[in-house]
Amino acid sequence: MKARVVVTLKSGVLDPQGKAIEGALKSLGVEGVASVRQGKVFDVELAGADATAAKAQLQAACEKLLANTVIENYQIDL
Amino acid sequence: MKAAVVVFPGSNREGDMARALTQATGRQPSMLWHADHELPAGTDLVVLPGGFSYGDYLRCGAIAGRAAIMDAVRAHAARGGLVLGVCNGFQILCESGLLPGVLMRNANLRFVCRMQHLKVERNDTAFTRQYAKGQTIEVCIAHGEGNYEADDPTIDRLEGEGLVAFRYCDSAGNVGGEANPNGSRNDIAGIYSEGRNVLGLMPHPENLIDALVGGTDGRGLFESLASAA
Repeated sequence: MKARVVVTLKSGVLDPQGKAIEGALKSLGVEGVASVRQGKVFDVELAGADATAAKAQLQAACEKLLANTVIENYQIDL
Repeated sequence: MKAAVVVFPGSNREGDMARALTQATGRQPSMLWHADHELPAGTDLVVLPGGFSYGDYLRCGAIAGRAAIMDAVRAHAARGGLVLGVCNGFQILCESGLLPGVLMRNANLRFVCRMQHLKVERNDTAFTRQYAKGQTIEVCIAHGEGNYEADDPTIDRLEGEGLVAFRYCDSAGNVGGEANPNGSRNDIAGIYSEGRNVLGLMPHPENLIDALVGGTDGRGLFESLASAA
């Protein structure tokens, strides 16, 4: 089973990299960009086929390692 | 004082740390590998040195914070044992849950490598007894992710309970403003755990222990530790 985990900064957490990318897009003339926040995507392949178990495994993975929940939120897509 | 230095794949300041500890305590620290499960019997102080553990992959200190040896370090800290984390070691302490908050990318997005003044916030801890309260010391910094952040309640708790160890200042001792190299909240350069037996800081006192290479203001920290146990 394939899954995708998306980790993003919580709102209110300063994101200097996102700000720099936002500035670069503006300087390249890409119009209409109000703001950019940078995050991470993990594509995970799971051995099992049970969606409920997979969700629990990925949740544990996020809490233990993939996300720092002090500053980041995560979203699991199966 | 029996010290142990933990080496992770990608640590690179362990030699400097061992030299500073040997100079102050008169005995060489044990060098531990990240995959070890136990500290040597009678260890008083565990040190997590600077570097780029696991290539800073995922987040600085994230993978090292979950290494096998860290369970032993957590147990040592829970017993009241002394733990010091410098630079990447500070990041590892935050990622492992031994210290609150997180070290984010420097606000100006630049790796900063230069001399830096710090204000010693209190001198009644095992780490700072050889300094004066409010003393300005000159050490060095070398990091790209030293921007200390935590939520408001955590910052209020750190400030309210006197858990800020060092703040960035200029040579005259003025805290913050231009002297803050990375955008850290409240100009925080280092913090203590609740029991003040765990200290994490971004600057490198271990590199300022010899007049031949820039100064000796870092010695006070190691001499404090040497007299602590």
